[in-house]
Amino acid sequence: MKVSVIRNVLEANDRLAGELREMMAARGILSLNLMSSPGAGKTSLLERTLRDLAPEFKMAVIEGDLQTDNDARRVAATGAQAVQINTEGGCHLNGSMILEALKQLDIEGLDILFIENVGNLVCPAEFDLGEDAKVTLLSVTEGDDKPEKYPLMFNLSSVSLLNKVDLLPYVDFDMERAEGFMRALNKDITVFGVSCRTGEGLDPWYDWLRARRAAKKR
Amino acid sequence: MHEMSIAQSILDIVQQEMEKNGLTRLIRVKVKFGRLTNTVPEALDTGFMALTAQTPLESAVFELEEIPARYRCFKCAAEFTPEGTNRLLVPCTACGEEFGHAVLSGKELYIDFIEAE
Ligand SMILES: [Zn+2]
Repeated sequence: MKVSVIRNVLEANDRLAGELREMMAARGILSLNLMSSPGAGKTSLLERTLRDLAPEFKMAVIEGDLQTDNDARRVAATGAQAVQINTEGGCHLNGSMILEALKQLDIEGLDILFIENVGNLVCPAEFDLGEDAKVTLLSVTEGDDKPEKYPLMFNLSSVSLLNKVDLLPYVDFDMERAEGFMRALNKDITVFGVSCRTGEGLDPWYDWLRARRAAKKR
Repeated sequence: MHEMSIAQSILDIVQQEMEKNGLTRLIRVKVKFGRLTNTVPEALDTGFMALTAQTPLESAVFELEEIPARYRCFKCAAEFTPEGTNRLLVPCTACGEEFGHAVLSGKELYIDFIEAE
C-alpha cells in the first residue's frame, strides 16, 4: 500500500518554534538567534552588549555549547541571566531545547532574549527557534568568501555583524567583497562592521536592537 | 551534521503514518529535499540506516530525491534554475543580474510517500 504523506520533515520543530514565537509575542520579548562559526566572537559580542545596554533593557541569554559552560559563565559575569544548553556534540539547537531552557529563566519583564547557537555555519540555519531575527557574525580573520560558501545562513539573516574590524590592517579580508556577497544572497540584510574588543561600530548595532525592541513591545 | 536529527524526524513521521494506516511492514520511504537545504544525502541515508538497524523497519528502502533550486530574478523577474551549482550567487539567465534573487524552490524537506503493508 502506498500512502501519500507530504509532511515537512521538520514539522515537529516548526510547531515548537511556533509555540515559542507566541510565548515571546505575548510578553513583547525580542528574541534573536545568534549564529557564526566557532571563534567569530558571539560570546564577546554578548558580553559587550549585555554590559552596555544593561541600564536600558532586561536581557537574558540561552547559551548553546557542545560541551562546556565557559561561555555561560562569561555571560553570567555581566549580571544578565544565563542558562546553558549542552548539546553533547549536537551541531545545532532546536525548538525543544529552547523550551526546556526557558523553564530555568525568569522571562517576565524581559526585553531581549539572545540565543547563542552552536558555532557552525551550516546546521543551525535549518532549525527555526521561534526567533524574531537571525543574526550572523563573521570575523575578518575568516575568509571573505564565507557568505558565498554558506549561503543559506546569510540568506536567512536579518543582520550580519563583521567582527574584529580592528584587525583589518593585518588580515587579507575585503569588507566590500564580503558585504557584496551578503547583499547578493539577501538584499534586505543589514551589515555592521564592529570590534567587540575596541567597541568600534557597536552603536549602530545597539540602535538596531533598540528599534527592533521598540517595534516588538506591546 | 544535522542529518541525524533529520533522520530521527523522518522516522517519527513514518511511524505515525504507519500507525495511522494500520501498517506494520515498511517497504519504501521517499523523501524530497531541496538543493539549498545543505542536506548531504549520504549522511541522511546513513542516519536512517543507523536508526532503523535491528528494528522492524530495517529492510525498508530509503529513497532520496533532490529538488533543484529555482530563483526569480531581482531585476527582470525572469525565473530560472541555475545549472550545475547550488550557489545562490548566479547570474540571471535572462539579464545577467547576480544579486538578490528570490528563492522559489530549493528549501523543501518533506516526506513524499511511504509504501508499507
Ligand atoms: Zn534577470
